[in-house]
Amino acid sequence: MALDKSFFEGKKICCLGDRDAIPGPALAECMKSVGGEILFTSTECFV
Amino acid sequence: MNFPVIKGTGYVLVHAPNMMLEHGTTITVEKAKNPGSDFLKAIPDHIRSFEETVKYAPNQVYIGNLSPRDLETIPQPWFENFVEDADRQGKYGEIMPEKELYGLMKIVDRFELVELNEEFSAEIKEILKAKDIFTENQLALFDKPKSMDEISALVKNDTAKGLYDGDKLLGCVREAHESDPCLTADVVFENLVTKASGVLAMIALFKKNNIDPSEVDYIIEASEEAIGDMNQRGGGNMAKACGEVAGCINATGIDMRGFCAGPSHAFVNAAGLVQSGIFKNVVVMAGGCTAKLGMNGRDHINKKMPLVEDMIGGFAVLVSENDGVNPVIRTDILGKHKISSGSAPQAVIQAIVVDPLTASGMKISDIDVFAPELQNPEITVPAGAGDVPVANYKMIGAMAIKRGELEKKELMEFTKKHGVIGFAPTQGHIPSGVPLIGYIRDSMLAGEMTNAMLIGKGSLFLGRMTDLFDGISFIIQKNSGELSMGQDSSASDEFKQEIREMIAEAMQGIADSLARR
Repeated sequence: MALDKSFFEGKKICCLGDRDAIPGPALAECMKSVGGEILFTSTECFV
Repeated sequence: MNFPVIKGTGYVLVHAPNMMLEHGTTITVEKAKNPGSDFLKAIPDHIRSFEETVKYAPNQVYIGNLSPRDLETIPQPWFENFVEDADRQGKYGEIMPEKELYGLMKIVDRFELVELNEEFSAEIKEILKAKDIFTENQLALFDKPKSMDEISALVKNDTAKGLYDGDKLLGCVREAHESDPCLTADVVFENLVTKASGVLAMIALFKKNNIDPSEVDYIIEASEEAIGDMNQRGGGNMAKACGEVAGCINATGIDMRGFCAGPSHAFVNAAGLVQSGIFKNVVVMAGGCTAKLGMNGRDHINKKMPLVEDMIGGFAVLVSENDGVNPVIRTDILGKHKISSGSAPQAVIQAIVVDPLTASGMKISDIDVFAPELQNPEITVPAGAGDVPVANYKMIGAMAIKRGELEKKELMEFTKKHGVIGFAPTQGHIPSGVPLIGYIRDSMLAGEMTNAMLIGKGSLFLGRMTDLFDGISFIIQKNSGELSMGQDSSASDEFKQEIREMIAEAMQGIADSLARR
């Protein structure tokens, strides 16, 4: 099922990234591109 | 100008369950916030014995008794499928029990901050004496024990951190200043553990490879601890402090930091110092980290596993002038993650793996083995952090597919052929490719490997000064046997021309003197 990108429009979003997967800033860029409002971005390390 | 070589390696582990309980940040934060939590209550049932950590296959790989290829044949979970005939002494170093590290902390302590009680002092002196690696003067430090009453009082009034064996207090580490937040007992404890495990790795390097420590010119220490006081919190210098204890009387050194990428940066710098002729023998080394002990413990307990993040790691590697035998560091093929590279996984691998190979006319599959961060997946997968080495191999393979060097169906085979299974403890800088150098060197000396790429990565954003990622890579290659390997031909030509001019000048002088007669 295709994702409805409009779902993110105007939504307030916190981006929690993983340094060995998708970093926070990359998540934020994706969310911004579909109209999300970024409140917080962080990348954490578990290793 | 000549490529430098990897002349020897030393790798050590210390089983540190009590340090995990007292200094691992996941557990100490939980104790402060939720002192009665189910997580804390469950911990005692998940502590491993020293014998179990010796029989733990990834630890046997780390000290060189098993190869990473052997590990592929041992079924998981490794914490149940033990290596029954395992030895705590290994080809590259040893696995040390916690009590021996307490003794080593006393030996490396220059400010009488480590206090041990009478009974333990006598016991540990005999144990360390039997190892035959410490001097009489070092062992004499155990002849000045502290009374249990004094040690208990120091711990009780919070001016010291205890050294425990279960519930038994064996000694303590005192604060180094009454009002300096950078010299509290906690900080001094952490730094002394890093120093002691780093020294242990250096001793392993020297003893296992018959290297005279007095021949070392320079030491680059690549851990992640800050050594200093409240006026210069990260002033340093752990490198020189470790070298002093390890007998490197002719060396100085420096600390190099870059989170988990620190060691790779250190190797590039060490190679440059040796190749330029500034120094002949440079040791790159690091001790381990108490804060990360038990970091993913909550998930391990939830998965009914033992707390497998109970190991302090350490390594030491000697980079020396080309001897025509040992593997060389190809200083002409370096990958770096630039400020402008971007932090997405694809951008990182492009910058530190693909770009340097492309610039050298090489394909990704021309590299026999890649050594990215080699965290043990048995630690990271249950915690939801995935299999880090495999994730890196898949991304490298995907880049090869994108470049038309590999078929999509060959991806999994690529990851197995050009990668190894992770075996290093999650100690930040410790897994950063460096644990594989011993295996790489041995394989190249045996003619079983041509080249390998080490890939360091660092999470700079954790320090909150930048949100950038970092990475740097270099290639280790089998020595061709030519002592001029890597020699810059233009520099060589310049040198020859200089000699010609000197001879011509001398001949002219002789001719002039003859003409004057």
